[in-house]
Amino acid sequence: MSSKKTLGKIKGFSIQFLPYSEIKDLSSNERLKKILGIVLGNVILVLQGRLKDEEEGRLIGDTMAMIDHIKGFKGIELAVINGGESSGFFGRFKTNFANMIAGGDLGAITVIGPATVVKEIKRNPKKIELLLNK
Amino acid sequence: MGFKGFFKKVLSGIFKSKKEIKLGFYGPPNAGKTSLANRICKDFTGEEIGSVSKVPHETREVQFKEKVEIKYKGKSMTFKIVDTPGIATKIDYEEFLRYRMKKGDAKKRAKEATQGVIDAIKWLDDMDSVVVVLDATENPYNQVNITIIGNLAARKIPVLIIANKIDLRKADIKKIEAAFPEYKTIGISAKNGENLDEFYEEIFKLVKRI
Repeated sequence: MSSKKTLGKIKGFSIQFLPYSEIKDLSSNERLKKILGIVLGNVILVLQGRLKDEEEGRLIGDTMAMIDHIKGFKGIELAVINGGESSGFFGRFKTNFANMIAGGDLGAITVIGPATVVKEIKRNPKKIELLLNK
Repeated sequence: MGFKGFFKKVLSGIFKSKKEIKLGFYGPPNAGKTSLANRICKDFTGEEIGSVSKVPHETREVQFKEKVEIKYKGKSMTFKIVDTPGIATKIDYEEFLRYRMKKGDAKKRAKEATQGVIDAIKWLDDMDSVVVVLDATENPYNQVNITIIGNLAARKIPVLIIANKIDLRKADIKKIEAAFPEYKTIGISAKNGENLDEFYEEIFKLVKRI
């Protein structure tokens, strides 16, 4: 008997906004579990802030592992758009200090959608465009 | 430091310089990682590292070529070339059917490709320096590119960006340079062997930063 889970049926799509405060105090494992849990519900997630670089790498790895285990799941589309990027030493110092106080880069927005719903995310430095599957 | 300690330090220094440098090739699928790695391996060992194909995810296992001695303008350095599977956030077996692949083969390829991505990410920790190969005809602001480079920066691994496929009309090196201004970008054609001299020159500069 196959123990494979099945991805929920697509009835349109929904978008969920997740404030950074919801994941701020979670461990990396818990963050990724929460994010993938939302995306597996065929929901496009708009996350305030961004994951750490290592967490983004792990998110891709965990997504790949799930493709093998969840029927109908084909992966994710992912894009991060940064807020005003500071240039120069003092500008970067100011941004890093503000991020440290806030506990994350709150000026960024992360969009994660299941590949069955989101066909492509076109990203230019200051713009994100979501192309959805019919 | 006594005589024994000094002798040990000198000896370890000699052996350290003889050690192979692990040079990884990372990037999204079909950017030309294996084509470039093949060029290098063929030039300096006479053998290729792996097969290339128009079908994405041709490389589904991390593949190596050890003791590749790159000689350029009187300089010489020994590398372990590590060619990795293309990193992607989604893999759909149906994409392979477009290349007239049988359903069973396409599903098998997709399964192997997902494992390949996991392995490629795991291998990041073992690299001494990395060449990120991007397709110069594609939009560089792809999150996979940003995630790979961000992970390498977080691990303090020296990076060289390659804008491959400059033989194609649509290629735009400037766009890649604008996307990653903190890194050196070299435009090459792995297919035609164009601009490899500059690539070798930069490789020697890159390993000095290890």
